[in-house]
Amino acid sequence: MCGIAGLIHRGKSSNVGSELQGMLQALKHRGEDSTGYALYGDTDGKNFIMRFKVGENVGEGSSSVMEDVSVYDERKKIVDQTLAEMGAKIVKEERTLPYSLRYEIDFETKDLLDFSQRIESIPGVEILSMGKSLEVIKDLGNAKMVCDRYSLDKLVGTHAIGHARMATESGVDIKSAHPFWGYPFSDVSVVHNGQLTNYWNNRRVLENKGMRFMSECDSELIAVYIAQKMREGASLEEGMKDSLSGLDGVFTYFVATKDSLGMAKDTMAAKPLVLYESDDLVAMGSEEIAIRSVLPHEIDTYDPFDGEVKVWQI
Amino acid sequence: MANIKTIDKKSKAQSMGMHTEVLTGRTQQKFFNPDEAENFYYFGTYDVDFNKRTDLDVMNMSAPEANKEIDNLMSQGYGTIVIKNPQGKHSLGVGILNKLNLIFEGSLGYFGMGSCDGPIVRINGRVGWSCAENLMAGKVVIEKNAGSCFGAAIRGGDLICKGSVGARTGIDMKGGTIIIGGDAGAFTGFMMQRGRIIILGDVGINLGDSMYDGTIFVGGEIGSYGSDAVDSELTISDQDWLKRKLKVAEIGEDFDVSKMKKIVAGKKLWNYDNLEPTEKKGAI
Repeated sequence: MCGIAGLIHRGKSSNVGSELQGMLQALKHRGEDSTGYALYGDTDGKNFIMRFKVGENVGEGSSSVMEDVSVYDERKKIVDQTLAEMGAKIVKEERTLPYSLRYEIDFETKDLLDFSQRIESIPGVEILSMGKSLEVIKDLGNAKMVCDRYSLDKLVGTHAIGHARMATESGVDIKSAHPFWGYPFSDVSVVHNGQLTNYWNNRRVLENKGMRFMSECDSELIAVYIAQKMREGASLEEGMKDSLSGLDGVFTYFVATKDSLGMAKDTMAAKPLVLYESDDLVAMGSEEIAIRSVLPHEIDTYDPFDGEVKVWQI
Repeated sequence: MANIKTIDKKSKAQSMGMHTEVLTGRTQQKFFNPDEAENFYYFGTYDVDFNKRTDLDVMNMSAPEANKEIDNLMSQGYGTIVIKNPQGKHSLGVGILNKLNLIFEGSLGYFGMGSCDGPIVRINGRVGWSCAENLMAGKVVIEKNAGSCFGAAIRGGDLICKGSVGARTGIDMKGGTIIIGGDAGAFTGFMMQRGRIIILGDVGINLGDSMYDGTIFVGGEIGSYGSDAVDSELTISDQDWLKRKLKVAEIGEDFDVSKMKKIVAGKKLWNYDNLEPTEKKGAI
Protein backbone atom coordinates (compact mmCIF):
# COMPACT_ATOMS: atom_id res chain seq x y z
CA MET A 1 0.00 0.00 0.00
CA CYS A 2 2.70 2.53 1.11
CA GLY A 3 2.23 6.07 2.33
CA ILE A 4 3.94 9.24 1.21
CA ALA A 5 4.16 12.65 2.83
CA GLY A 6 5.84 15.93 2.10
CA LEU A 7 5.91 19.52 3.17
CA ILE A 8 7.52 22.75 2.12
CA HIS A 9 7.85 25.93 4.16
CA ARG A 10 7.89 29.01 2.02
CA GLY A 11 10.05 31.86 3.18
CA LYS A 12 11.28 30.23 6.39
CA SER A 13 12.88 27.16 7.89
CA SER A 14 11.39 24.79 10.38
CA ASN A 15 12.09 21.57 12.19
CA VAL A 16 11.30 19.46 9.11
CA GLY A 17 12.87 16.29 10.53
CA SER A 18 10.46 16.19 13.42
CA GLU A 19 7.51 17.32 11.31
CA LEU A 20 8.05 14.64 8.68
CA GLN A 21 8.51 12.03 11.37
CA GLY A 22 5.06 12.90 12.72
CA MET A 23 3.51 12.76 9.26
CA LEU A 24 5.05 9.41 8.37
CA GLN A 25 4.31 7.89 11.74
CA ALA A 26 0.65 8.79 11.22
CA LEU A 27 0.83 6.71 8.02
CA LYS A 28 2.60 3.72 9.51
CA HIS A 29 -0.49 1.52 9.02
CA ARG A 30 0.17 1.87 5.27
CA GLY A 31 3.47 0.06 5.71
CA GLU A 32 6.37 -0.10 8.12
CA ASP A 33 8.74 -2.47 6.37
CA SER A 34 10.96 0.54 5.85
CA THR A 35 10.75 4.30 6.16
CA GLY A 36 12.73 6.94 4.37
CA TYR A 37 13.31 10.66 4.67
CA ALA A 38 14.61 13.16 2.13
CA LEU A 39 15.41 16.24 4.19
CA TYR A 40 16.54 19.56 2.78
CA GLY A 41 18.51 21.10 5.62
CA ASP A 42 19.86 24.57 6.13
CA THR A 43 23.51 24.48 5.06
CA ASP A 44 26.08 26.99 3.92
CA GLY A 45 25.99 25.32 0.49
CA LYS A 46 29.78 25.01 0.24
CA ASN A 47 30.23 21.26 0.61
CA PHE A 48 28.47 18.25 -0.79
CA ILE A 49 26.71 16.00 1.67
CA MET A 50 26.97 12.37 0.66
CA ARG A 51 24.82 9.80 2.43
CA PHE A 52 25.84 6.29 1.49
CA LYS A 53 25.71 2.74 2.70
CA VAL A 54 28.36 0.05 2.70
CA GLY A 55 26.01 -2.75 3.61
CA GLU A 56 22.41 -3.58 4.45
CA ASN A 57 20.41 -3.69 7.62
CA VAL A 58 20.11 -7.42 8.26
CA GLY A 59 17.84 -7.09 11.27
CA GLU A 60 14.48 -8.75 11.79
CA GLY A 61 12.36 -8.81 8.65
CA SER A 62 15.23 -7.98 6.32
CA SER A 63 15.59 -9.86 3.06
CA SER A 64 19.34 -9.11 2.93
CA VAL A 65 22.19 -11.51 3.49
CA MET A 66 24.21 -11.19 6.70
CA GLU A 67 27.74 -9.84 6.28
CA ASP A 68 30.58 -9.39 8.72
CA VAL A 69 31.09 -5.81 9.87
CA SER A 70 34.73 -6.08 8.82
CA VAL A 71 33.47 -6.14 5.21
CA TYR A 72 31.84 -2.75 5.80
CA ASP A 73 35.13 -1.38 7.12
CA GLU A 74 36.93 -2.63 4.03
CA ARG A 75 34.40 -0.95 1.72
CA LYS A 76 34.64 2.29 3.65
CA LYS A 77 38.42 2.28 3.24
CA ILE A 78 38.05 1.88 -0.52
CA VAL A 79 35.51 4.73 -0.64
CA ASP A 80 37.93 6.98 1.27
CA GLN A 81 40.73 6.04 -1.07
CA THR A 82 38.62 6.64 -4.18
CA LEU A 83 37.54 10.05 -2.90
CA ALA A 84 41.17 10.99 -2.31
CA GLU A 85 42.06 9.87 -5.83
CA MET A 86 39.33 12.11 -7.24
CA GLY A 87 40.58 15.07 -5.23
CA ALA A 88 37.56 15.12 -2.93
CA LYS A 89 38.36 16.11 0.64
CA ILE A 90 36.31 14.67 3.48
CA VAL A 91 35.53 17.64 5.73
CA LYS A 92 33.31 15.80 8.17
CA GLU A 93 32.59 12.13 8.68
CA GLU A 94 29.76 10.49 10.61
CA ARG A 95 29.14 6.78 10.89
CA THR A 96 25.68 6.55 12.38
CA LEU A 97 25.49 2.78 11.99
CA PRO A 98 28.08 0.25 10.84
CA TYR A 99 26.55 0.21 7.35
CA SER A 100 25.42 3.84 7.07
CA LEU A 101 27.65 6.87 6.66
CA ARG A 102 27.39 10.60 6.13
CA TYR A 103 30.28 12.57 4.62
CA GLU A 104 30.63 16.26 4.04
CA ILE A 105 32.91 16.57 1.04
CA ASP A 106 34.81 19.51 -0.36
CA PHE A 107 34.69 18.77 -4.07
CA GLU A 108 34.29 20.93 -7.14
CA THR A 109 32.25 19.39 -9.93
CA LYS A 110 29.25 20.11 -12.05
CA ASP A 111 28.74 16.54 -13.20
CA LEU A 112 28.19 14.00 -10.51
CA LEU A 113 27.83 11.14 -12.98
CA ASP A 114 31.49 10.21 -13.14
CA PHE A 115 31.88 10.78 -9.40
CA SER A 116 28.92 8.52 -8.59
CA GLN A 117 29.92 5.83 -11.02
CA ARG A 118 33.36 5.57 -9.43
CA ILE A 119 32.03 5.38 -5.89
CA GLU A 120 29.34 2.88 -6.80
CA SER A 121 31.76 0.71 -8.74
CA ILE A 122 32.94 -0.42 -5.29
CA PRO A 123 30.97 -3.63 -4.61
CA GLY A 124 28.34 -3.21 -1.87
CA VAL A 125 28.49 0.58 -1.87
CA GLU A 126 25.48 2.70 -2.80
CA ILE A 127 25.09 6.45 -2.63
CA LEU A 128 21.74 7.21 -1.03
CA SER A 129 21.94 10.91 -1.80
CA MET A 130 24.31 13.55 -2.99
CA GLY A 131 23.72 17.25 -2.78
CA LYS A 132 24.44 20.47 -0.97
CA SER A 133 21.22 20.42 0.99
CA LEU A 134 19.59 17.00 0.47
CA GLU A 135 20.08 14.12 2.87
CA VAL A 136 18.31 10.82 2.21
CA ILE A 137 18.02 8.61 5.26
CA LYS A 138 16.21 5.30 4.90
CA ASP A 139 16.18 2.12 6.87
CA LEU A 140 13.98 -0.71 8.03
CA GLY A 141 11.20 -0.01 10.51
CA ASN A 142 8.61 2.68 11.03
CA ALA A 143 9.13 6.43 10.99
CA LYS A 144 9.86 6.81 14.68
CA MET A 145 12.34 3.94 14.73
CA VAL A 146 14.29 5.38 11.79
CA CYS A 147 14.09 8.91 13.16
CA ASP A 148 15.42 7.80 16.55
CA ARG A 149 18.13 5.62 14.98
CA TYR A 150 19.49 8.52 12.94
CA SER A 151 18.57 11.40 15.31
CA LEU A 152 16.59 13.22 12.63
CA ASP A 153 14.19 15.08 14.89
CA LYS A 154 16.52 18.05 15.30
CA LEU A 155 17.09 18.66 11.60
CA VAL A 156 16.07 22.15 10.51
CA GLY A 157 15.32 22.93 6.90
CA THR A 158 12.82 24.19 4.38
CA HIS A 159 11.24 21.10 2.92
CA ALA A 160 11.12 17.33 3.06
CA ILE A 161 9.50 14.28 1.54
CA GLY A 162 9.18 10.80 2.99
CA HIS A 163 7.83 7.33 2.51
CA ALA A 164 6.40 4.57 4.68
CA ARG A 165 6.80 1.34 2.74
CA MET A 166 4.89 -1.89 2.55
CA ALA A 167 7.19 -4.04 0.43
CA THR A 168 5.32 -5.70 -2.42
CA GLU A 169 7.33 -6.25 -5.56
CA SER A 170 10.89 -6.05 -4.22
CA GLY A 171 12.79 -6.90 -1.08
CA VAL A 172 12.68 -5.57 2.46
CA ASP A 173 15.99 -3.77 2.37
CA ILE A 174 17.47 -0.30 2.26
CA LYS A 175 18.24 -0.41 -1.45
CA SER A 176 14.53 -0.87 -2.26
CA ALA A 177 13.37 1.72 0.28
CA HIS A 178 12.32 5.21 -0.75
CA PRO A 179 13.18 8.04 -1.24
CA PHE A 180 15.33 7.51 -4.30
CA TRP A 181 18.01 9.94 -5.22
CA GLY A 182 17.59 11.44 -8.72
CA TYR A 183 20.99 10.10 -9.74
CA PRO A 184 23.19 11.81 -10.86
CA PHE A 185 21.51 15.14 -10.09
CA SER A 186 22.50 17.02 -6.99
CA ASP A 187 19.68 17.47 -4.48
CA VAL A 188 16.91 15.60 -6.38
CA SER A 189 14.80 12.98 -4.59
CA VAL A 190 11.62 11.04 -5.27
CA VAL A 191 8.99 9.11 -3.29
CA HIS A 192 6.18 7.14 -4.88
CA ASN A 193 3.00 5.31 -4.01
CA GLY A 194 1.68 2.95 -6.67
CA GLN A 195 2.76 0.41 -9.26
CA LEU A 196 4.41 1.03 -12.60
CA THR A 197 3.59 -1.50 -15.28
CA ASN A 198 6.14 -0.50 -17.93
CA TYR A 199 9.10 -0.59 -15.57
CA TRP A 200 11.30 -2.98 -17.55
CA ASN A 201 10.68 -1.32 -20.91
CA ASN A 202 11.60 2.07 -19.50
CA ARG A 203 14.52 0.69 -17.54
CA ARG A 204 16.09 -0.87 -20.64
CA VAL A 205 15.78 2.41 -22.54
CA LEU A 206 17.25 4.46 -19.69
CA GLU A 207 20.10 2.03 -19.04
CA ASN A 208 21.03 2.31 -22.70
CA LYS A 209 21.31 6.06 -22.11
CA GLY A 210 23.79 5.50 -19.28
CA MET A 211 21.47 5.78 -16.28
CA ARG A 212 21.90 3.39 -13.36
CA PHE A 213 19.43 1.34 -11.32
CA MET A 214 20.41 0.05 -7.91
CA SER A 215 17.29 -1.95 -7.12
CA GLU A 216 14.41 -3.68 -8.85
CA CYS A 217 11.90 -1.42 -7.17
CA ASP A 218 9.62 0.13 -9.80
CA SER A 219 9.60 3.43 -7.94
CA GLU A 220 13.28 3.94 -8.65
CA LEU A 221 12.27 4.32 -12.28
CA ILE A 222 10.54 7.63 -11.52
CA ALA A 223 13.70 9.15 -10.07
CA VAL A 224 15.77 7.96 -13.01
CA TYR A 225 13.10 8.97 -15.54
CA ILE A 226 12.83 12.52 -14.18
CA ALA A 227 16.61 12.80 -13.88
CA GLN A 228 17.02 11.75 -17.52
CA LYS A 229 14.43 14.31 -18.64
CA MET A 230 16.32 16.99 -16.74
CA ARG A 231 19.58 15.82 -18.32
CA GLU A 232 17.92 16.37 -21.67
CA GLY A 233 17.10 19.94 -20.70
CA ALA A 234 13.57 19.71 -19.33
CA SER A 235 12.56 21.61 -16.21
CA LEU A 236 11.35 19.66 -13.22
CA GLU A 237 7.73 20.46 -14.04
CA GLU A 238 8.17 19.55 -17.71
CA GLY A 239 9.75 16.24 -16.74
CA MET A 240 6.92 15.48 -14.36
CA LYS A 241 4.26 16.32 -16.94
CA ASP A 242 6.01 14.10 -19.46
CA SER A 243 5.94 11.24 -16.96
CA LEU A 244 2.13 11.18 -17.00
CA SER A 245 2.24 9.61 -20.44
CA GLY A 246 5.69 8.01 -20.26
CA LEU A 247 4.99 6.02 -17.13
CA ASP A 248 2.25 3.43 -17.25
CA GLY A 249 0.40 2.27 -14.17
CA VAL A 250 -1.02 3.92 -11.10
CA PHE A 251 0.98 6.42 -9.15
CA THR A 252 1.15 9.45 -6.99
CA TYR A 253 4.67 10.70 -6.49
CA PHE A 254 6.62 13.64 -5.08
CA VAL A 255 9.86 15.07 -6.40
CA ALA A 256 11.95 17.51 -4.42
CA THR A 257 14.91 19.61 -5.50
CA LYS A 258 17.08 22.07 -3.59
CA ASP A 259 14.44 24.78 -3.76
CA SER A 260 11.20 23.15 -4.89
CA LEU A 261 8.69 20.41 -4.24
CA GLY A 262 6.38 18.84 -6.80
CA MET A 263 3.59 16.29 -6.98
CA ALA A 264 2.12 14.29 -9.84
CA LYS A 265 -0.90 12.06 -10.00
CA ASP A 266 -1.65 9.52 -12.71
CA THR A 267 -4.46 9.97 -15.21
CA MET A 268 -6.74 7.53 -13.42
CA ALA A 269 -6.21 9.13 -9.99
CA ALA A 270 -5.95 5.66 -8.59
CA LYS A 271 -3.67 6.54 -5.70
CA PRO A 272 -4.64 8.85 -2.89
CA LEU A 273 -3.29 12.29 -2.08
CA VAL A 274 -4.60 15.01 0.18
CA LEU A 275 -3.20 18.50 -0.09
CA TYR A 276 -3.12 21.56 2.12
CA GLU A 277 -1.83 24.78 0.66
CA SER A 278 -1.34 28.19 2.27
CA ASP A 279 0.94 31.16 1.64
CA ASP A 280 3.67 29.87 3.93
CA LEU A 281 3.19 26.10 3.98
CA VAL A 282 2.24 23.26 1.66
CA ALA A 283 1.70 19.89 3.30
CA MET A 284 0.51 16.72 1.58
CA GLY A 285 0.17 13.07 2.26
CA SER A 286 -1.59 9.88 1.32
CA GLU A 287 -4.12 10.54 4.05
CA GLU A 288 -5.30 13.63 5.86
CA ILE A 289 -4.12 12.29 9.21
CA ALA A 290 -0.56 12.88 8.02
CA ILE A 291 -1.28 16.59 7.55
CA ARG A 292 -3.12 16.70 10.89
CA SER A 293 0.07 15.75 12.67
CA VAL A 294 1.55 19.15 11.75
CA LEU A 295 -1.69 21.13 11.51
CA PRO A 296 -4.04 19.88 14.21
CA HIS A 297 -6.48 22.78 13.84
CA GLU A 298 -9.31 22.78 11.31
CA ILE A 299 -7.98 23.39 7.79
CA ASP A 300 -9.18 23.21 4.20
CA THR A 301 -7.71 20.32 2.26
CA TYR A 302 -8.45 18.81 -1.12
CA ASP A 303 -7.61 15.91 -3.41
CA PRO A 304 -5.72 16.89 -6.56
CA PHE A 305 -7.45 15.61 -9.69
CA ASP A 306 -6.29 13.00 -12.18
CA GLY A 307 -3.27 13.92 -14.27
CA GLU A 308 -2.47 16.90 -12.08
CA VAL A 309 1.10 18.18 -11.64
CA LYS A 310 2.01 20.92 -9.20
CA VAL A 311 5.34 22.44 -8.22
CA TRP A 312 6.03 24.85 -5.35
CA GLN A 313 9.13 26.90 -4.62
CA ILE A 314 10.54 27.63 -1.15
CA MET B 1 -37.72 -8.65 12.03
CA ALA B 2 -38.33 -5.80 9.67
CA ASN B 3 -41.39 -3.69 10.10
CA ILE B 4 -42.32 -1.17 7.47
CA LYS B 5 -45.10 1.25 8.24
CA THR B 6 -46.62 2.69 5.12
CA ILE B 7 -47.81 6.26 5.47
CA ASP B 8 -49.13 8.36 2.66
CA LYS B 9 -46.91 11.43 2.66
CA LYS B 10 -46.66 12.16 -0.99
CA SER B 11 -46.52 15.90 -0.50
CA LYS B 12 -43.78 15.57 2.10
CA ALA B 13 -41.75 13.37 -0.19
CA GLN B 14 -42.05 15.91 -2.95
CA SER B 15 -40.99 18.77 -0.70
CA MET B 16 -37.93 16.76 0.25
CA GLY B 17 -36.98 16.50 -3.37
CA MET B 18 -38.01 12.91 -3.77
CA HIS B 19 -40.23 12.37 -6.74
CA THR B 20 -43.05 10.21 -7.82
CA GLU B 21 -43.14 11.12 -11.47
CA VAL B 22 -41.84 8.77 -14.14
CA LEU B 23 -39.05 10.18 -16.23
CA THR B 24 -38.67 9.56 -19.90
CA GLY B 25 -35.49 8.23 -21.41
CA ARG B 26 -33.79 4.92 -21.13
CA THR B 27 -33.65 4.72 -17.40
CA GLN B 28 -36.12 2.36 -15.81
CA GLN B 29 -35.19 3.08 -12.23
CA LYS B 30 -37.63 3.20 -9.40
CA PHE B 31 -36.99 5.81 -6.81
CA PHE B 32 -36.27 5.78 -3.17
CA ASN B 33 -39.23 6.13 -0.85
CA PRO B 34 -38.32 8.29 2.17
CA ASP B 35 -41.42 7.33 4.08
CA GLU B 36 -40.49 3.70 4.05
CA ALA B 37 -36.97 4.50 5.19
CA GLU B 38 -38.25 6.76 7.92
CA ASN B 39 -40.38 4.08 9.39
CA PHE B 40 -38.03 1.18 9.09
CA TYR B 41 -36.43 -0.19 12.24
CA TYR B 42 -33.68 -2.73 12.61
CA PHE B 43 -33.87 -5.15 15.50
CA GLY B 44 -31.75 -3.87 18.35
CA THR B 45 -31.78 -0.23 17.33
CA TYR B 46 -32.68 2.55 19.71
CA ASP B 47 -35.57 4.90 20.17
CA VAL B 48 -33.81 8.24 20.26
CA ASP B 49 -35.00 11.78 20.93
CA PHE B 50 -33.65 14.38 18.48
CA ASN B 51 -34.04 17.03 21.17
CA LYS B 52 -31.74 15.15 23.50
CA ARG B 53 -28.32 16.46 22.52
CA THR B 54 -24.76 15.83 23.65
CA ASP B 55 -21.14 16.42 22.59
CA LEU B 56 -18.50 13.74 22.15
CA ASP B 57 -14.82 14.69 21.98
CA VAL B 58 -12.98 11.94 20.05
CA MET B 59 -9.55 13.62 20.10
CA ASN B 60 -8.00 10.83 22.16
CA MET B 61 -10.18 7.99 20.98
CA SER B 62 -9.56 5.38 18.32
CA ALA B 63 -12.26 4.97 15.69
CA PRO B 64 -13.70 1.78 17.26
CA GLU B 65 -13.84 3.51 20.64
CA ALA B 66 -15.57 6.54 19.15
CA ASN B 67 -18.08 4.42 17.25
CA LYS B 68 -18.83 2.36 20.35
CA GLU B 69 -19.42 5.54 22.32
CA ILE B 70 -21.83 6.85 19.65
CA ASP B 71 -23.72 3.59 20.00
CA ASN B 72 -23.69 3.92 23.76
CA LEU B 73 -25.09 7.46 23.58
CA MET B 74 -27.86 6.32 21.23
CA SER B 75 -28.73 3.58 23.71
CA GLN B 76 -29.24 6.36 26.27
CA GLY B 77 -31.71 8.05 23.93
CA TYR B 78 -29.49 10.81 22.56
CA GLY B 79 -30.79 11.72 19.13
CA THR B 80 -28.41 14.56 18.37
CA ILE B 81 -24.69 13.97 18.85
CA VAL B 82 -21.97 16.51 18.04
CA ILE B 83 -18.55 14.95 17.44
CA LYS B 84 -15.66 17.22 18.36
CA ASN B 85 -12.09 16.89 17.04
CA PRO B 86 -12.52 14.06 14.53
CA GLN B 87 -9.04 15.03 13.25
CA GLY B 88 -9.32 13.16 9.95
CA LYS B 89 -9.62 9.80 11.65
CA HIS B 90 -10.73 6.88 9.49
CA SER B 91 -13.95 4.88 9.78
CA LEU B 92 -15.81 7.25 12.06
CA GLY B 93 -19.59 6.90 12.23
CA VAL B 94 -19.72 3.60 10.38
CA GLY B 95 -22.53 1.08 10.64
CA ILE B 96 -25.18 3.35 12.17
CA LEU B 97 -28.53 1.69 11.44
CA ASN B 98 -30.56 4.16 13.43
CA LYS B 99 -32.31 7.48 13.19
CA LEU B 100 -29.78 9.95 14.45
CA ASN B 101 -28.79 13.56 13.96
CA LEU B 102 -25.00 13.42 13.84
CA ILE B 103 -22.75 16.46 13.43
CA PHE B 104 -18.98 16.32 12.95
CA GLU B 105 -17.10 19.47 13.89
CA GLY B 106 -14.14 18.78 11.60
CA SER B 107 -12.89 16.42 8.92
CA LEU B 108 -13.08 12.66 8.51
CA GLY B 109 -10.57 10.27 6.96
CA TYR B 110 -11.34 7.19 4.89
CA PHE B 111 -14.65 5.29 5.03
CA GLY B 112 -16.45 7.90 7.14
CA MET B 113 -20.17 7.09 7.59
CA GLY B 114 -19.79 3.81 5.73
CA SER B 115 -22.55 1.19 5.69
CA CYS B 116 -25.12 3.42 7.37
CA ASP B 117 -28.90 3.27 7.14
CA GLY B 118 -30.92 6.18 8.39
CA PRO B 119 -28.86 8.89 10.10
CA ILE B 120 -28.89 12.54 9.12
CA VAL B 121 -25.25 13.66 9.13
CA ARG B 122 -23.52 16.99 8.68
CA ILE B 123 -19.74 17.09 8.40
CA ASN B 124 -18.31 20.58 8.86
CA GLY B 125 -15.07 19.68 7.16
CA ARG B 126 -13.63 17.44 4.47
CA VAL B 127 -13.97 13.68 4.02
CA GLY B 128 -11.42 11.20 2.72
CA TRP B 129 -11.88 8.29 0.34
CA SER B 130 -15.07 6.22 0.22
CA CYS B 131 -17.28 8.46 2.32
CA ALA B 132 -20.72 6.95 2.99
CA GLU B 133 -19.89 3.79 1.09
CA ASN B 134 -22.93 1.50 0.90
CA LEU B 135 -25.28 4.10 2.37
CA MET B 136 -28.78 2.64 2.46
CA ALA B 137 -30.84 5.63 3.61
CA GLY B 138 -30.47 8.97 5.33
CA LYS B 139 -28.65 12.12 4.40
CA VAL B 140 -24.98 12.99 4.61
CA VAL B 141 -23.88 16.59 3.95
CA ILE B 142 -20.20 17.53 3.60
CA GLU B 143 -19.48 21.22 3.87
CA LYS B 144 -16.03 21.13 2.22
CA ASN B 145 -14.33 18.75 -0.25
CA ALA B 146 -14.36 14.98 -0.54
CA GLY B 147 -11.85 12.37 -1.66
CA SER B 148 -12.20 9.67 -4.27
CA CYS B 149 -14.87 6.95 -4.39
CA PHE B 150 -17.36 9.32 -2.81
CA GLY B 151 -20.61 7.42 -2.32
CA ALA B 152 -19.27 4.16 -3.67
CA ALA B 153 -22.01 1.54 -4.03
CA ILE B 154 -24.68 3.55 -2.22
CA ARG B 155 -28.13 2.01 -2.35
CA GLY B 156 -30.19 4.96 -1.22
CA GLY B 157 -30.22 8.24 0.67
CA ASP B 158 -28.84 11.62 -0.23
CA LEU B 159 -25.12 12.30 -0.27
CA ILE B 160 -24.19 15.94 -0.70
CA CYS B 161 -20.75 17.52 -1.03
CA LYS B 162 -20.72 21.29 -1.21
CA GLY B 163 -17.12 21.39 -2.47
CA SER B 164 -15.31 19.26 -5.05
CA VAL B 165 -14.82 15.50 -5.06
CA GLY B 166 -12.10 13.18 -6.32
CA ALA B 167 -12.22 10.36 -8.87
CA ARG B 168 -14.76 7.55 -9.21
CA THR B 169 -17.60 9.33 -7.43
CA GLY B 170 -20.65 7.08 -7.32
CA ILE B 171 -18.75 4.06 -8.54
CA ASP B 172 -21.02 1.03 -8.56
CA MET B 173 -23.90 3.02 -7.05
CA LYS B 174 -27.19 1.18 -6.95
CA GLY B 175 -29.59 3.91 -5.90
CA GLY B 176 -29.89 7.17 -4.03
CA THR B 177 -28.68 10.61 -5.04
CA ILE B 178 -25.23 12.18 -4.99
CA ILE B 179 -25.01 15.97 -5.32
CA ILE B 180 -21.71 17.79 -5.90
CA GLY B 181 -21.50 21.56 -5.60
CA GLY B 182 -18.06 21.85 -7.20
CA ASP B 183 -16.10 19.71 -9.65
CA ALA B 184 -15.74 15.93 -9.86
CA GLY B 185 -12.77 13.85 -10.98
CA ALA B 186 -12.27 11.10 -13.53
CA PHE B 187 -14.52 8.05 -13.89
CA THR B 188 -17.47 9.64 -12.13
CA GLY B 189 -20.39 7.20 -12.18
CA PHE B 190 -18.15 4.33 -13.17
CA MET B 191 -20.30 1.20 -13.51
CA MET B 192 -23.23 2.87 -11.78
CA GLN B 193 -26.28 0.69 -11.82
CA ARG B 194 -29.01 2.99 -10.61
CA GLY B 195 -29.56 6.30 -8.85
CA ARG B 196 -28.65 9.85 -9.81
CA ILE B 197 -25.56 12.00 -9.67
CA ILE B 198 -25.75 15.79 -9.93
CA ILE B 199 -22.56 17.76 -10.54
CA LEU B 200 -22.85 21.52 -10.70
CA GLY B 201 -19.25 22.09 -11.78
CA ASP B 202 -16.95 20.38 -14.26
CA VAL B 203 -16.30 16.67 -14.40
CA GLY B 204 -13.20 14.77 -15.51
CA ILE B 205 -12.58 12.13 -18.13
CA ASN B 206 -14.57 8.93 -18.72
CA LEU B 207 -17.82 10.13 -17.22
CA GLY B 208 -20.28 7.29 -16.68
CA ASP B 209 -17.91 4.70 -18.03
CA SER B 210 -19.65 1.32 -18.37
CA MET B 211 -22.74 2.59 -16.58
CA TYR B 212 -25.57 0.07 -16.49
CA ASP B 213 -28.33 2.47 -15.66
CA GLY B 214 -29.04 5.61 -13.66
CA THR B 215 -28.70 9.26 -14.60
CA ILE B 216 -25.94 11.82 -14.34
CA PHE B 217 -26.62 15.56 -14.54
CA VAL B 218 -23.68 17.89 -15.21
CA GLY B 219 -23.72 21.69 -15.00
CA GLY B 220 -20.18 22.37 -16.23
CA GLU B 221 -17.76 20.94 -18.76
CA ILE B 222 -17.30 17.21 -19.31
CA GLY B 223 -13.72 15.94 -19.77
CA SER B 224 -14.89 12.99 -21.87
CA TYR B 225 -17.63 10.39 -21.97
CA GLY B 226 -16.91 6.83 -20.93
CA SER B 227 -17.99 3.74 -22.82
CA ASP B 228 -21.75 3.49 -23.27
CA ALA B 229 -22.48 6.88 -21.69
CA VAL B 230 -24.63 9.03 -23.94
CA ASP B 231 -26.49 12.32 -23.80
CA SER B 232 -30.20 12.29 -23.19
CA GLU B 233 -32.96 14.88 -23.36
CA LEU B 234 -33.31 17.01 -20.24
CA THR B 235 -37.04 17.09 -19.67
CA ILE B 236 -39.15 19.62 -17.77
CA SER B 237 -39.76 16.90 -15.23
CA ASP B 238 -36.00 16.48 -14.80
CA GLN B 239 -35.63 20.20 -14.28
CA ASP B 240 -38.36 20.29 -11.66
CA TRP B 241 -36.75 17.41 -9.82
CA LEU B 242 -33.31 19.04 -10.00
CA LYS B 243 -34.65 22.32 -8.61
CA ARG B 244 -36.34 20.58 -5.71
CA LYS B 245 -33.34 18.43 -5.00
CA LEU B 246 -30.89 21.34 -5.02
CA LYS B 247 -33.17 23.30 -2.73
CA VAL B 248 -33.42 20.48 -0.23
CA ALA B 249 -29.67 20.00 -0.45
CA GLU B 250 -29.13 23.71 0.38
CA ILE B 251 -26.85 23.91 -2.60
CA GLY B 252 -27.04 25.73 -5.91
CA GLU B 253 -30.57 26.92 -5.30
CA ASP B 254 -30.20 29.61 -7.96
CA PHE B 255 -28.43 27.33 -10.40
CA ASP B 256 -29.85 27.39 -13.93
CA VAL B 257 -30.77 23.72 -14.27
CA SER B 258 -32.14 24.19 -17.79
CA LYS B 259 -28.56 24.26 -19.12
CA MET B 260 -27.52 21.04 -17.44
CA LYS B 261 -26.53 18.01 -19.48
CA LYS B 262 -28.18 14.68 -18.84
CA ILE B 263 -26.15 11.51 -19.35
CA VAL B 264 -27.55 8.00 -19.33
CA ALA B 265 -26.50 4.48 -20.38
CA GLY B 266 -26.52 4.01 -24.12
CA LYS B 267 -27.39 0.34 -23.87
CA LYS B 268 -29.39 -1.78 -21.52
CA LEU B 269 -26.55 -3.57 -19.82
CA TRP B 270 -28.28 -4.70 -16.66
CA ASN B 271 -30.03 -7.90 -15.94
CA TYR B 272 -31.17 -7.74 -12.35
CA ASP B 273 -34.32 -6.91 -10.45
CA ASN B 274 -34.91 -3.26 -9.77
CA LEU B 275 -36.27 -3.46 -6.27
CA GLU B 276 -35.18 -0.60 -4.04
CA PRO B 277 -33.56 -1.51 -0.72
CA THR B 278 -36.66 -0.63 1.25
CA GLU B 279 -38.70 -2.92 -0.92
CA LYS B 280 -36.22 -5.68 -0.31
CA LYS B 281 -36.39 -5.05 3.42
CA GLY B 282 -40.14 -5.43 3.21
CA ALA B 283 -39.69 -8.81 1.64
CA ILE B 284 -37.45 -10.09 4.46
